[in-house]
Amino acid sequence: MLRFAAGRLLQAIPVLLVVITATFLLVHSAPGGPFSAEKAVPAEVIKALEAQYQLDQPLWKQYVSYLGDIVNGNFGPSFKYPGRSVNELIAAGLPITAELGLYAMLIAVLIGISAGVFASLRPNTLQDYVPMSAAMLGICMPSFLLGPLLVLIFGIYLEWLPVSGWGDIPGDKILPSITLGAAYAAYIARLSRGQMLEVLSQDYIRTARAKGLPEPLIVVKHALRGGLIPVVAFLGPAFAGLLGGSFVVETIFQIPGLGRFYVQAAFNRDYTMILGMTIFFASLIILFNLLSDMLAIWLNPKLRHGSGAAKP
Amino acid sequence: MKQTIPPPLRSASVLTVCLLGFALGACGSGENRVTAGNRDGVLHWGNASEPQGLDPHIATGVPEHKIIMALMEGLVLKDTTTLEPIPGVAKRWEISDDGLVYTFYLRENARWSNGDPHNAHDYVWSWWRALQPALGNLYAYMYFPIKNAQAYYEGEISDFDQVGVKALDDFTLQVSLNDPTPYFLQLLDHYSLFPVHRPTIEKFGAPDERGTRWTFEGNLVGNGAFQLEEWKINRYVRVGRNPYYWGAGDVKLNQIYFYPTENITTEERMFRAGQLHYTYEVPVDKVAVYQEKGSGELQIYPYLGSYFYRFNTRVEHLSDRRVRRALAMAVDRQQITDQVLKAGQVPSYAVTPPDTMGYFPESDLTFDPDKARALLTEAGYPDGAGFPKTEILYNTSEEHRKVAVAIQQMWKQYLNIDVTLLNQEWKVYLDSETNMDYEISRASWIGDYVDPNNFLDMWLCNGGNNRTGWCNPEYDRLVLEAAPKASSHEERLEIFKTAEKMLLADMPVLPIYIYTSKHLINPAIRNFPKNILNQPSFKDIYLDPSAARVAEAH
Repeated sequence: MLRFAAGRLLQAIPVLLVVITATFLLVHSAPGGPFSAEKAVPAEVIKALEAQYQLDQPLWKQYVSYLGDIVNGNFGPSFKYPGRSVNELIAAGLPITAELGLYAMLIAVLIGISAGVFASLRPNTLQDYVPMSAAMLGICMPSFLLGPLLVLIFGIYLEWLPVSGWGDIPGDKILPSITLGAAYAAYIARLSRGQMLEVLSQDYIRTARAKGLPEPLIVVKHALRGGLIPVVAFLGPAFAGLLGGSFVVETIFQIPGLGRFYVQAAFNRDYTMILGMTIFFASLIILFNLLSDMLAIWLNPKLRHGSGAAKP
Repeated sequence: MKQTIPPPLRSASVLTVCLLGFALGACGSGENRVTAGNRDGVLHWGNASEPQGLDPHIATGVPEHKIIMALMEGLVLKDTTTLEPIPGVAKRWEISDDGLVYTFYLRENARWSNGDPHNAHDYVWSWWRALQPALGNLYAYMYFPIKNAQAYYEGEISDFDQVGVKALDDFTLQVSLNDPTPYFLQLLDHYSLFPVHRPTIEKFGAPDERGTRWTFEGNLVGNGAFQLEEWKINRYVRVGRNPYYWGAGDVKLNQIYFYPTENITTEERMFRAGQLHYTYEVPVDKVAVYQEKGSGELQIYPYLGSYFYRFNTRVEHLSDRRVRRALAMAVDRQQITDQVLKAGQVPSYAVTPPDTMGYFPESDLTFDPDKARALLTEAGYPDGAGFPKTEILYNTSEEHRKVAVAIQQMWKQYLNIDVTLLNQEWKVYLDSETNMDYEISRASWIGDYVDPNNFLDMWLCNGGNNRTGWCNPEYDRLVLEAAPKASSHEERLEIFKTAEKMLLADMPVLPIYIYTSKHLINPAIRNFPKNILNQPSFKDIYLDPSAARVAEAH
């Protein structure tokens, strides 16, 4: 397992390098610079600013010095927010986005697995159709529709929950977590239903039933473990996706997380911020994929026993 | 190993249940933020976006402006109703007969928010700092009426003593100008001319260094009615009373929260749910809803801003002024403001908004399709025949698109010409416009101070904001030389009128409408005057809980 992890981490280096290089070239070739503004900016001011951020250097020099900074864990200063470093901004937004992602994930897992298992017990009956139709709806409904809808019902009409914020007013974390988790819950429900159906038709389940074990015990103790493997495999990329893709929910609910910074940075041509966030998210995705692969190996005896052979 | 639910999942489900239970249990506390704020004197203010920074010599945005106005103060303030200058840090001032020398007498009891004495020397140092080129102050031009300020900024002279600002003693500041500048007192209320606290700035870096941490929470020292208490990135900026402020006894609010309400739809919901006293904007589709509701929460009033299209006069067919005038005459502005925008905008036929310091532009531009067709025929395009393909460029926004579509249809209907629309993301659009890589382009200008000069000096031959390629040396002479030397206010306005008529005769710009400020304002907010600069005075605002209750009862 250790060798597997180490190999995967080594592989990550060239991947990250490609990501950095491509992003670096893309942001620098995008029209419009970080300092262009509606009011004409005098040439001497532009010059002073470019000198300050070393944008007056040849591109390759900027690239090399940027790589050097990254190796030291320094993402550089933000162009948009003078005086703040990219590291500082990521540090400010990360705990919030992570917390939001975690709650959304918990909701997704809890609702998704229950619905999936429930549906798989009586396939092609109402017990299957109702949760699976709801899941289909959940997958199709984008968060920019679901979010405002929930706000309208629970925030404006019923006045049960705040309409925005994060940790400012009691209960303000509920609606964003549900909004972000809903699509993932739906996907997890479909995944677990499919796998559960397959597992439930396996020989060892038939054996368990033949032994006269009660059905709940069979489902929870024997079937669920196998039924969850694709869900676990999905969790890694899903969590990375939750972190990187939360910007819509963060915008709707006015949440001070990472996603909003990412989008703003692109609009502002905040080069260092775009690069810093991209590298950060790329690393997260690599890491979570690795973790979920390791978890899948641990859950699946077939993979576990052959893990020495499971070359990356 | 026991076959059971994997431990991570088991603990996860327990966690979720606890979490949801806790969160749900905690909600429904009854009193919302606005009600609590009305009682405690805490204002919740929608402020559009996260401030880039609070250094008054670097900031350029309106959201930054609002926060800085609470934290700092200039020599002179503006009466928020009449916009006339009223005493700020200067308790009174004298103007020499030739209008060139201003002498300010500062308050002896003025203090910085850390208790340090605040005097005339602060201004000399602060203005020196603001004119350091390395600082990259985009508002440096606000200093240029001051004698030798421009020469110093552009490096023609290196001795700051030659710049027209002197501390005669601790509490007397003398400012000499190049020309009599009727709007000079107004400029002093602009944050780019605010004083800054020297020891604080020097503690965190060099005076001309950008982006030091001196404006951050715990560091910032200001001279305004409020002081910075907390700055949570992308969450809020909180300011509270400054006990050392010279007029601290008259300040009524205890605290103000500024929220970066980037999404105006969310902002409107926050207002409805009692989370905000004031919204920075109102979504267009909500204007009618609030108008119908008639609750008085929706407030619309004129704003010192002009919405127009630029013509690229270097494009061959647009270099003909008859074509430009024909296009301008074939736009039914009333229909655009009444049918498309629907929020009180005023159709405009000149660049400067009317009643800018008593200035009313004179314009011969009208909506006249017949005359427009005749002009176009004269220019060689009878009934639009042979009119080259033309494109309207605008930055991506629903409102700009709607206006552009309306104008596209009007030109088709009245002139029988086809134009296409092109939208670009903001920075790309800025690039295209600056490089004159466009044919017709949407644009706007919001006044920094109330004077026609602010709207007319952008069309100078080498003006950085001209971007049309239009150049008329006689126009330059009027704006740059004749107007500043005018012997009276009336004469000066006449000169501007002549200049603006020249501009409109050539029409490198196509005026469309004058902006309005749209806000949702809680009825508890008192002393909130509506002025064309959309500039509140936070030290005068107070909250009256009984007003809010009366409004709820209706």
